[in-house]
Amino acid sequence: MTSMWWRIQALLIKEFLSLLKDKKSRFVLIVPPLVQLFVLSYAATYDLNQLPIAIYNEDRGSAARDLIARFNGPPAFREVLRIERQAQIAEALDGKQVLMVLHIGQQFSRDLLSSRQPAAVQILLDGRDSNTAQIALGYARTVVSQFNSDWAHQHNQPGSPAELRVRAWFNPNLESRWFIVPGIVGLLTLVVTMTVAALSVAREREQGTFDQLLVTPLTPAEILIGKAIPGLIIGVVEASFSIFMVVVWFQVPLLGSLAALYIGIVLYVFSVIGAGLMISSLSVTQQQGLLGGFLVIVPGVILSGYATPIENMPELVQHLTLVNPLRYFLIIIRGVFLEGLGVADLVDQYWPLALIGLFCLSCAGLLFRKRMY
Amino acid sequence: MNAASQRLLGLIRKEFLQVLRDPSSLAIAFAMPVFLLLLFGYGVSLDARHVPIGLVVEHVSPESRSFSAGFDYSDYFQAHYFRDLREARQALLSRKINAIVHLQADFERRLNGSEPAPIQVIVNGVDANTARLTSGYVQGVWEAWLNARAEWQGLTPVRAVQLEARVWYNSGLRSRNFLVPGLIAVIMTLIGALLTALVMAREWERGTMEALISTPVSVREVLLGKLIPYYLLGMGGMLLSIGMAVFLFQVPLVGSLWVLLLAGSLFLLAALGMGLLISIAAKNQFVAGQIAIVVTFLPAFILSGFIFNIDSMPWPVQLFTHLVAARYFVAILQTVFLAGDIWEVILPNALALLLMALAFLALALWRAPRRLE
Amino acid sequence: MNAVKADVTPAPLIFTSVSKRFTAGNRVVSALQDISLSLPLGQVTALVGPDGAGKTTLLRLAAGLLLPDSGSIATFGLNTAVAGEQLHRLIGYMPQRFGLYEDLSVLENLNLYADLYGISRQDRQLRFAELMRMTNLQKFNQRLAGQLSGGMKQKLGLACTLLNRPRLLVLDEPSVGVDPLSRRELWQIIALLVQEFGTTVLLSTAYMDEAERCQQVVLLDRGQILHQDAPAGFHRLADACSYQLSSPVLGKRMLQQRLQGQPDLIDSVVQGDAVRAVARPGSRPDWTVIFDDTEQVWVTPVPPRLEDAFIMLLLARHASQPQIEAVHFLPNGSRHLVGQQPAVIEVDQVDRWFGNFQAVKKLSFDVRHGEIFGLLGANGAGKTTTFRMLCGLLPASNGRLRVAGLDLRKAAAQARARLGYMSQKFSLYGQLSVKQNLEFFSHAYGLRNKRRLERIAWAFQEFDLTDFADSNSVDLPLGYKQRLALACALMHEPEILFLDEPTSGIDPLARREFWTRINSLAAQGVTILVTTHFMEEAEYCDRLLIMREGDILAAGTPAQIRSSSQTADQAPAGTMEEAFIRLLEITGEANG
Repeated sequence: MTSMWWRIQALLIKEFLSLLKDKKSRFVLIVPPLVQLFVLSYAATYDLNQLPIAIYNEDRGSAARDLIARFNGPPAFREVLRIERQAQIAEALDGKQVLMVLHIGQQFSRDLLSSRQPAAVQILLDGRDSNTAQIALGYARTVVSQFNSDWAHQHNQPGSPAELRVRAWFNPNLESRWFIVPGIVGLLTLVVTMTVAALSVAREREQGTFDQLLVTPLTPAEILIGKAIPGLIIGVVEASFSIFMVVVWFQVPLLGSLAALYIGIVLYVFSVIGAGLMISSLSVTQQQGLLGGFLVIVPGVILSGYATPIENMPELVQHLTLVNPLRYFLIIIRGVFLEGLGVADLVDQYWPLALIGLFCLSCAGLLFRKRMY
Repeated sequence: MNAASQRLLGLIRKEFLQVLRDPSSLAIAFAMPVFLLLLFGYGVSLDARHVPIGLVVEHVSPESRSFSAGFDYSDYFQAHYFRDLREARQALLSRKINAIVHLQADFERRLNGSEPAPIQVIVNGVDANTARLTSGYVQGVWEAWLNARAEWQGLTPVRAVQLEARVWYNSGLRSRNFLVPGLIAVIMTLIGALLTALVMAREWERGTMEALISTPVSVREVLLGKLIPYYLLGMGGMLLSIGMAVFLFQVPLVGSLWVLLLAGSLFLLAALGMGLLISIAAKNQFVAGQIAIVVTFLPAFILSGFIFNIDSMPWPVQLFTHLVAARYFVAILQTVFLAGDIWEVILPNALALLLMALAFLALALWRAPRRLE
Repeated sequence: MNAVKADVTPAPLIFTSVSKRFTAGNRVVSALQDISLSLPLGQVTALVGPDGAGKTTLLRLAAGLLLPDSGSIATFGLNTAVAGEQLHRLIGYMPQRFGLYEDLSVLENLNLYADLYGISRQDRQLRFAELMRMTNLQKFNQRLAGQLSGGMKQKLGLACTLLNRPRLLVLDEPSVGVDPLSRRELWQIIALLVQEFGTTVLLSTAYMDEAERCQQVVLLDRGQILHQDAPAGFHRLADACSYQLSSPVLGKRMLQQRLQGQPDLIDSVVQGDAVRAVARPGSRPDWTVIFDDTEQVWVTPVPPRLEDAFIMLLLARHASQPQIEAVHFLPNGSRHLVGQQPAVIEVDQVDRWFGNFQAVKKLSFDVRHGEIFGLLGANGAGKTTTFRMLCGLLPASNGRLRVAGLDLRKAAAQARARLGYMSQKFSLYGQLSVKQNLEFFSHAYGLRNKRRLERIAWAFQEFDLTDFADSNSVDLPLGYKQRLALACALMHEPEILFLDEPTSGIDPLARREFWTRINSLAAQGVTILVTTHFMEEAEYCDRLLIMREGDILAAGTPAQIRSSSQTADQAPAGTMEEAFIRLLEITGEANG
């Protein structure tokens, strides 16, 4: 038993040396993920921030000015263009100068004051980016609805018989960064550990050292462990650092237990490495290993619920996501960060990860022996 | 046929044969685009449909029934009824529902009072984007109900200002129309940069580069010999994607095909140039692959405006996105597909692509070794 | 190719005071220093020298793939620093790995290079036909280059280079990893080129018998030209120094061991049933001191060989380098009579199929304790497959395989702890330093604590690796890579040692060292199974097995094999190489 650990330890040292000794490969393992953590964390957001809009106001009344001021106020919209003629609307939208045009017609003040019919306000949206358009529309609705209730209040008109009181749990200001940034931790960990694992066996096979390993007393299980642990350590270290930055730099509240998070991280990295090693033992060359890893990473990211919710997918595709480690990890990390979940709440996410990891590693172990010619 | 073009043709033929024989590059070039398009076309969607929502109606009355009917008959929601708030809360925590609409026992009585009757809405804010969309939809149901109720009671609607939204280019706000064109940029980045980065490094590792440069072939020809096959492969992938987008997913192609192809060519040249540059700098498949993944997939996915709106990013990140070729291409793709040949958008973006392509190719040519050192 | 008038054509290759340095990490390595050289037109020149002497650098400079740091190189009057395409039209260069696209078929490779050299469609058919005739690759036209044997790859690589009909042909180690039959074909092609087209050939080789066939030999050492002459000139240097010794009492291996370490002798190798010894120039070894009368040693002076001069010149320069005497690690080890020893490796009716192709057919043999057993055969004969099955890297389709009394497929780790394996490519971790490689393998073989440190220290000292302790193994000269690979394989003092082409591409000096070690290991009771393409090395084996198309072609002691090649009209072969080729030819004819 102890001699087994000695052998595995030697493998570990060797793996780390070959990963970290070369300056270039050390660089690609450390620097790009960090740069990406920052750039992507700032970039990946659904919150509207200073979205450029144009305003076409044909009304001279003060109510119109008040409404415009509400649109123009931070943070969602920013007026970049004042439109004077109808024809300019098309110009502004076509050329992507603005995403939205607010059009207040000549009748606005009159209708508003007469209160016989609602005063119409037109909003024109660029639907090319349908998601942003939809969010912008939602913002605009909120602004108008606020204006309405204030107006009713000021003019002692009967208000609406019922009103919505919306509260958001876990993320009261609905900052999508809180949702997206922890997800990036999962994304980067996936990319880094997957490529490390997918290349590890393929590289030895291409260089002929794999045979040399197989004739030593190392058993396939030991080789597997020796290959898996460096990835595990690199993955966990990189994830830890990212999480540290998420908490300290991006100020995302970490409500749940660290233990629950770390159980999740270890299991997640474990399952990704399993998948990577399986690909690696299937491939003969490094190119195949890398592209194979890619064929898993891309759908893995898309079908994880990272950028688009899983519930929106058709049922068949939803079933497909069940074998995707990132899916479970995203629930874990978001749950721990924002919902304050603990170990007990996440058991349903833990065991699929463990199962995926075990299954893939066993396959990799079998393939080690099968593909020896 | 002169000697130079014969050499070039020879190199191109060789490259095609190699692609055809390597299952992993074929998978990246053809299987991956089809898979991704099918996923995005049928599976992934940003539009929330059939959002599971929990309704807690403490006292059933005609008013509350007419209100909750709005959820029953809405395409956006899938209503689940709960007896009390505690049960619904449990369902929200376990992610069975995304939001709770709560009508208190005195809802009917307070409707006719002087103060508006409160309708409590609780959304799960973890995914801020979905939360915002959900509360927008709830608001829509609420407004429709108010209007219908006012009409039924013979009253005029009480809102002072009514918002009329008109969406241009993609009036149904189908996210498929916006995601599928953007996806073409991601697919072409993969074919262009990732494959080229690997194949050039492979020539160094296998010693074939040594044999190549001892023949009369010039560096320019070697680079062109890589550029042309992968250009054709990329354009093939693009045509396939456009075909699937238009015929299978019914994304309208308002603009002209030739503008798309021209822009695609420019983009591919930039991507290929980047791939060549990476492999020239790395000369080693492990490093080339790592760099290629880092600088291609995630930036094309997140920094291109494909999913996340660039205007909402902080300004340093916005500046950074100017270095991502996919950004310009996504803008052209979405405009030509949904809005038509709008030159104010196409020309500046095409110019940027052209400059990037020239810069990358010139750098590759400059850095490409003419001898073995 | 037009007839060339010698008097107006500038020399094919002139090096004038050429120096070349490389930076490896922080160190600056001087690969070539002040080399001046001129190749005569229409002749074959061999470049020989120990590993790391700068042979490949010189060839790459000659082909214009590198530029000199100082000095100038001219090919047919063209300066390589400025001439571009024109230069590449005159020179054909074949790199060490043949420069083939392994995922392209034979014909596709040829077509690619024909395109690169700008050969028109009409000319192409003629040249392909001509090259196919030379290389006999016709029937493999559609096969992928990666699936060809080493010998065929080499011929295809050469054919691709020759498409251009170069006037100067530069070949880097064309015969590494290639069997004797393919080597002979290579030389036939070269002879044809020189004869028909007046091609000038510059090649590097580790085989002295190949250098012997060339008109000029350049001996390179540590980046300098040590000697340049015709083979006859080299012979003169070693004139009257060479002897052949034989003794019916001592036997060849004992005889050779007695000669080792003699002050007056610089070299001794087994050759057939006798031992060839080379004396220090000017000295007259007193045989009566070394042997007594009862040993009945016969000494005959023999004509010198190029190899003798090679060893002589290099030893004079590397005087400080100690001659290896023996590997000391098994105390009280003694060599017993092999025949009475138990079998350690048993192969019984073993088959191996790859799809529809049978690589090994009903193979049976055994190897006894303390024996050196050689596995020979042309490329593709099934040696490597057999080898991999014995190491447990490949399962047998049928039959029984036992190593050290254990089935390797079943009793994995314990059995493998008792064997050492050194693969063809000297598989080491390139990015790891020598020390780190040794540390890794010592752990992997389960050594611990004091014993581990002792073994690592032993490896450093025994294989003279101390100077390279912190160099990455990928940067080592080939000879040192081989030493390190052997050190790693011997880390755990295995009972059985598997060596797959351990000396391919290794220079004669390093080969001698290597075999001295192997011999003394065998003497201490280590069982050794070896494959090799050097037929002279087969003489070191106690018994041999020659394979052909997965079958046994011949088996027995070297002497038995040599005599078995005797036919009605031919006397028994004098050397193993002759015997090998003759055996292959005999059965080749018989098979049609």
